[in-house]
Amino acid sequence: MQHLDGNSLAGPLAEFFAFDVTTARARCNGCGEVAELARAMVYRSDAGAVVRCGSCGQVLATLVESEDRAWIGFSGVSTIEVRRAPASS
Amino acid sequence: MSFITRGFSGRSRERDDRLPPGQTLVHDFPVLSAGPTPDVDTADWEFTIRTESGEHRWSWDEFMALDIEDVSTDIHCVTHWSKLGTSWRGVSLDTLFADVETEQEYVMAHSYGGYTTNIPLDELLDGKAWIAFEFDGEPLDPEHGGPARLLVPALYFWKSAKWVRGLEMMDQDEPGFWEQNGYHLHGDPWKEERYW
Ligand SMILES: [Zn+2]
Repeated sequence: MQHLDGNSLAGPLAEFFAFDVTTARARCNGCGEVAELARAMVYRSDAGAVVRCGSCGQVLATLVESEDRAWIGFSGVSTIEVRRAPASS
Repeated sequence: MSFITRGFSGRSRERDDRLPPGQTLVHDFPVLSAGPTPDVDTADWEFTIRTESGEHRWSWDEFMALDIEDVSTDIHCVTHWSKLGTSWRGVSLDTLFADVETEQEYVMAHSYGGYTTNIPLDELLDGKAWIAFEFDGEPLDPEHGGPARLLVPALYFWKSAKWVRGLEMMDQDEPGFWEQNGYHLHGDPWKEERYW
């Protein structure tokens, strides 16, 4: 089963988050690694996408989509860091 | 009203009545996977049933010495494809549960690789489920769940856990992997139980 990297999440998740998820950093609650989601491993099947930690392989997040709904789970993420736009001075 | 009735019966005549609602026939076998394909050697493979009173365990050789059945069945995937008359070989869960005593009514299937899925015990017994190790006369390909997978044709195919390694009895129905993440707790294709 081939996997993609986390950049492949940019399109599907753009609809749900106001920030670029691929540059956000997430902490894996399995091994504690803090890494950009772009570096995660993404397994895409018709059933949904499964995002796994690039260092330990644990499931970080899932994305399931039906015709009229979507389910986004972060079962393996303890915290997400989102970069803010620099304050104008 | 008669127009609607005629429309519906007209459609059902054209449609294969083995096909549940919302499903389309396919002739290939699409692969669904939540992670890397586990590489499980039959020398290391084992299958366990864990109950409130203990554990039953089979090695590959012990498993292959059990009653083996030929199974011809239709399978239905939640992603709208169905395959009719697929052929499998495997061991019935009736055989595996023959010496298992339990009061618990729900099952969590566990797979090599960490996948889980939940099924009520009564939907696994009475000739309704198998641990299958052959598909279409060939050993089950790792991509399709080999060396052995659960086969529960009456439910959507995500319930037929690939790379199965054991069943854990539970007091209550609890959601498995996909069931926690959007898919239906039960998954009956005839009721279109696809999502929460
Ligand atoms: Zn990790």
